[in-house]
Amino acid sequence: MAVIIQKDTKILIQGFTGKMGTFHAEEMIKYGSNVVGGVTPGKGGQKHLDRPVFNTVKDAVQETGATASILFVPPAFAADSAMEAADAGIKTCVAIVDGIPSHDMIRIKRYMRRYSRKEKMTLVGPNCAGIISPGKSMLGIMPGHIYKEGRVGIISRSGTLGYEAAQQLKNLNIGVSTSVGIGGDPINGSSFRDIIEKFETDDETDVILMIGEIGGPQEVAAGEFAKENMKKPIIGYIAGLTAPKGRVMGHAGAIVSAYGESAVEKVELLKDCGVTISKNPSVMGETVKEVLDRK
Amino acid sequence: MDIHEYQAKEILSSFGVTIPRGGIVYSPETAENKAREIGGSKWVVKAQIHSGARGKAGGIIVCNSPLEVAQATDKLLGKKLITNQTGPEGKIVNRIYIEEATDIEKELYLGLVFDRSSESIMVVASTEGGMSVEEIAKEKPETIIRSKIEVAVGIQNFQARELAFGLGIEPELIRRASETIIGCAKAFSELDATMVEVNPLVISKQKQILALDCKMSFDNNAMFRRDKVSELRDKTQEDEKEVYASDRGLNYVSLEGNIGNIINGAGLAMASMDMIKLAGGEPANFLDVGGGATPEKIVKAFRLITMDKKVKVILVNIFAGINRCDWVAEGIVQALEKIEVKVPLVIRLAGTNVEKGNKILQDSKLNYIEANTLEDAANKAVAALK
Repeated sequence: MAVIIQKDTKILIQGFTGKMGTFHAEEMIKYGSNVVGGVTPGKGGQKHLDRPVFNTVKDAVQETGATASILFVPPAFAADSAMEAADAGIKTCVAIVDGIPSHDMIRIKRYMRRYSRKEKMTLVGPNCAGIISPGKSMLGIMPGHIYKEGRVGIISRSGTLGYEAAQQLKNLNIGVSTSVGIGGDPINGSSFRDIIEKFETDDETDVILMIGEIGGPQEVAAGEFAKENMKKPIIGYIAGLTAPKGRVMGHAGAIVSAYGESAVEKVELLKDCGVTISKNPSVMGETVKEVLDRK
Repeated sequence: MDIHEYQAKEILSSFGVTIPRGGIVYSPETAENKAREIGGSKWVVKAQIHSGARGKAGGIIVCNSPLEVAQATDKLLGKKLITNQTGPEGKIVNRIYIEEATDIEKELYLGLVFDRSSESIMVVASTEGGMSVEEIAKEKPETIIRSKIEVAVGIQNFQARELAFGLGIEPELIRRASETIIGCAKAFSELDATMVEVNPLVISKQKQILALDCKMSFDNNAMFRRDKVSELRDKTQEDEKEVYASDRGLNYVSLEGNIGNIINGAGLAMASMDMIKLAGGEPANFLDVGGGATPEKIVKAFRLITMDKKVKVILVNIFAGINRCDWVAEGIVQALEKIEVKVPLVIRLAGTNVEKGNKILQDSKLNYIEANTLEDAANKAVAALK
């Protein structure tokens, strides 16, 4: 069993009939993801890409039995859509959208506290590439074919840097069990810690590649968790050596504002936690290989 | 998005925070009159730029007559102030805030930020006002008190009271201090702020609690629902190239080096800059053209980078996923038919259809250096400097 999504996981597209939703739904279907329908309020009852459109996520879940959804709605409505998914019983929701206000993200996370741990939806993103379990299912916007099937778990804040890693691994004939893009915003639905915890219990993953960047406490929090609780080796890379303090580097969350948030400091703190550091982004694949060879 | 001190004060005042009497002027002629209008016998003339540490840079002048106020205004207007936060170019002073001087009894620090660990709003306060929060954290960490705001219900009276007592404020002023803290918290929550800092928050000899200097920043992602706040943007305080970029949907940060970058994705952009640094070079900028790297964005990116006179080499690094390399390569070729590039150009394509993409570049009339890996690209860019 892969983490988070399986081959038969039933997927809904929220914002199905829009340009983005349509394009990426087609890509996901081509990859083999089990897309069972979508939601666009006001267009319920229509068909789109040969699949039913619903007015509400509740209707869609009731009719299709979907357990996962992916959001292609504009940032202003994204928080509402994520909460709608949580309330309708969706178990995994990926928010691709870039530009959700931070105050909204906090609100979503507070809202989700009403559910017990067992019933709680896993929210991934926003501002992310989504999830792929190569050969099984893609719940995201990545180019699926660059991922070879295998046993490395990838977690990355950045989309393209995650692709770079998958490509480097593929060039070394190393495959990926699941890759999760957690997104570049200051507040994420799922943190590095949340996902490495899932990888630890995943029987299809042997090692974990964690691709972080400047800003925020997440990478170090994950490292500290791993030190105490994990057996699987973690390889880490932190982007942003040259980033000046106090400037936002593209991702809203990529800003150094406190001690421990710069690339150099994070690398030092992660080393202390026993994480193997990829010394530059060009050798992420090789570093994973070295760790695999040691095993 | 940052705003000026006087704008932040106006906002906080509307949330019940007391501020000294003052007014904004744009010319020395109006300054004298404004000082008379404000009244009193001592004024502070404050240069309005998007930076702290203005005092040390000579941007704050205490005056004893309306004539002095006019002279100080004349001295500061149009001047570029260089502080430890502005970089060597400094920031231009176009607006002057004139304020009545305050008899200070005690200076405190009050700040509100997003706390990314607890995913809540954190109030930070200290008895050591007037210093930067970094300095306080380093030199007097024991004076810092914190309180987490639960966003679902907002700040509670008891939390504000605890903070006020924690700051050692005398009992008769606790109520007013609490109202001040609550006002700042409400402004933060209701306006999609990412930072509110009152430093110093002062207790005057007349026993008033006043916000003497304020800074506010806002979430750019929330500006679609904050018309009034977004009107406060002052583009003269931003880097010209960064304004050009943000108006065109590009993520750009101007830096000090001489290797210009055009990259898709923020993470890959930071990683490429890391490689440049490791290869012995310095990036001139951060530029993310977006995950998709459309031809239109690439044209705009080349326009932007060629505007930067310090750029001696341009490095293009595109990981094409769903937008295949051949398509990206065509975009680059088209862009360079429109824009003349006089410096060496290193291009690295990766991802889908990379061979086809490189073939298109090779067959074009483009004069460029082909690179294969991230490392190769950085090494070739640095080598091309010589």
